[in-house]
Amino acid sequence: MRIFFGFLVFLLPFKVFALNVFACEPEWASLAQELGGDKVSAFAATTAKQDPHRIEARPSLIARIRGADLVICSGSELEIGWLPLLFTQSGNDRIQLGSPGYIEASQYVVKLEVPRVVDRALGDVHPAGNPHIHLDPRNIQRVADAVSGRLAEIDPGNADFYRQRADSFRDRWQTAIKRWQQEAAPLKGVAIVVYHKDFSYFINWASMREVGSLEPKPGIPPTPSHLAELVEQMKRNPAKVIVYSAYNNPGAAQFLSERATIPTVMMPFTVGGTDRAKDLFGLFDDTIERLLKTVK
Amino acid sequence: MACIRWCAMALAMAAVPAYAQQPDTAKLREEIKQLQQRLDELEKKQQETENTAVQAAQQASSRPQSESALNPAVSAILNGVYGNLQRDPDTYRLNGFVPTLGDVQPPKRGLSLGESELGFMANVDHLFRGTLIASISPDNDAIEVEEGYIQTLALSHGFTVKAGRFFSGIGYQNQIHAHAWDFTDAPLAMKAFLGGQLNEDGVQVKWVAPLTAVYVDLGAEFGRGRAFPASDRNKNGFGSSNLFGHVGGDIGTDYFWQTGLSYYSTSPQDRVYTDLDSTGTSVDNSFSGTSKLWVLDGILKWAPDGNATYRSLKIQGEYFHRKESGTLTYDTAGASLGAMTDSYASRQSGWYAQAVYQFMPAWRVGYRYDQLNAGTTTLGLVDSGALTAADFPILGAYNPKRHTAMVDWSPSEFSRIRLQVARDYARQGEPDNQIFLQYIVSLGAHGAHKF
Repeated sequence: MRIFFGFLVFLLPFKVFALNVFACEPEWASLAQELGGDKVSAFAATTAKQDPHRIEARPSLIARIRGADLVICSGSELEIGWLPLLFTQSGNDRIQLGSPGYIEASQYVVKLEVPRVVDRALGDVHPAGNPHIHLDPRNIQRVADAVSGRLAEIDPGNADFYRQRADSFRDRWQTAIKRWQQEAAPLKGVAIVVYHKDFSYFINWASMREVGSLEPKPGIPPTPSHLAELVEQMKRNPAKVIVYSAYNNPGAAQFLSERATIPTVMMPFTVGGTDRAKDLFGLFDDTIERLLKTVK
Repeated sequence: MACIRWCAMALAMAAVPAYAQQPDTAKLREEIKQLQQRLDELEKKQQETENTAVQAAQQASSRPQSESALNPAVSAILNGVYGNLQRDPDTYRLNGFVPTLGDVQPPKRGLSLGESELGFMANVDHLFRGTLIASISPDNDAIEVEEGYIQTLALSHGFTVKAGRFFSGIGYQNQIHAHAWDFTDAPLAMKAFLGGQLNEDGVQVKWVAPLTAVYVDLGAEFGRGRAFPASDRNKNGFGSSNLFGHVGGDIGTDYFWQTGLSYYSTSPQDRVYTDLDSTGTSVDNSFSGTSKLWVLDGILKWAPDGNATYRSLKIQGEYFHRKESGTLTYDTAGASLGAMTDSYASRQSGWYAQAVYQFMPAWRVGYRYDQLNAGTTTLGLVDSGALTAADFPILGAYNPKRHTAMVDWSPSEFSRIRLQVARDYARQGEPDNQIFLQYIVSLGAHGAHKF
């Protein structure tokens, strides 16, 4: 028994005075790290290679959320399959719904595609609207404001530090948005086919036109009959580009690309999706650049 | 919007003649640039106002007008089975093992509606969460509470407490609802040692260790002992206890694992089962004593990059070991040779291992092997010569086993159609070929992705 407890003590992490942030998606981990600097240790529960809908409440995630001081998730039911389980299993009262330690990012932005009719016959629809909010750079700023406010609330001793980081981030981000707006100007009105409805906020920001999706319905994998329909549709009204995310299988996109002779391009989708998308700045740089290269 | 544009243009035009006389075009450019900036700012402001208005409108329209806004999440599970069995499921038994009176029969022959499940879940308040899951059996019109418990939300330091009726934390699969199982029916070991699936009325305390490199939990349950292996004893205090612990984690990004150990103990009193004695008479025998059950479980999951959308593999196994000792009373009702009591001791075990492979989106194949080991059962009544082994045929040494294979198709996260074939050696000398075609669908609230 003594050996057992000795083992436990050995495994205990050394006490580090950094806020533990548990982010459901890599973009929020990156944002928290950006805003918290060395006062924050951010953990991303998913990677860019994983579909955030289809995660299980596995042991390693329970272990992480148990010690979290702040949880940041997209919300709007994106994580409904696993986050509620993590909450009930965590034994952590600081991060429960309604506590300062929980931020649902999508609550701070205007959501797109809020369905008028909610029915599973329409696929895996999210009644509160499209939860993939992070590809509109203006939304990142809105969430950043909320996150830095919360960091200061949870860790008041470092409130000034967080405020400075927030100001610095705002300056750099607003400058970057101006640059991206200029760079993305040629994308205006460009017809695009997506894999899943996870690109809508970017499309809206860049004023592109979404003309189809490889999934027949949200959350339903591409089917041969739906792809055949898309091929026909592309013959009549060709799109300029087909995009898919790092976590999608490129097969369906390539199928359509070959038959409709439309270029396809993989998008980083989130931080870590490509080598260049190391942080949020890189994510938008790379997203815009990849699209521009393909659309040209 | 249009007004702003026009006003700005008018301003710009008005500005042009004033500077037209001056050769300094740089200044003019500067002026236009400033105007452009102001225009941008105004447009941005207006856009923001519009956004806020849209958001307010959305929130207003999505705000429910009635009390139903606070209704709990409701879900319903429907399932139906077509069964094709070589032998009558009503004669099902696991030779070598004490009958459990539990729900261990295979599904019926022909078409049948399986148990429908109705679930209600919500946070009660800032302290508790409540869950009620009832199963509606189509044949005896009975509604049974499968789970009905409250759970703490506001404890810290990794503690959670559950109270009510819940699937006991024995092993791995016992805690998972049947509709989420990878095969149509329970492993033989669960049928033999837990009477199918054990839900206990009790209290559970669980603690998650403050570690991040590896997941560790420890827990204890104390229950009334309402069902096999316990016997509802009508006494104060606790009728059963279960101690468990798990260790789990990730290996890289592709592998996830968990292993657990649990120890369940109870002291059943007059736990009755029915058998045919040597005279061919159906007699009631009863056991009183202690029953101790160890379960070791392990799960390993694989998915490339941890993305289970396209391909994934799940390997799962559990080992059960039970030790019972006490007294056995033969023919309690005096229906045949008259009631007799003597010592009883048994050591038995069983295990299963299964693998389920998803080879493309929506499609999975799986194989399961079940093996029970009847071990040793020592009957005082037989050793003393009062009765013979032929008076306890169900306890005769026999090691049941079973092969099961399945393929299933899940067009969405909410529906699944499964074909399963099995060769079941549960009955001594009477192997049974079983084919099941099953659908399982879920309505309403989104299900949880339990590990």
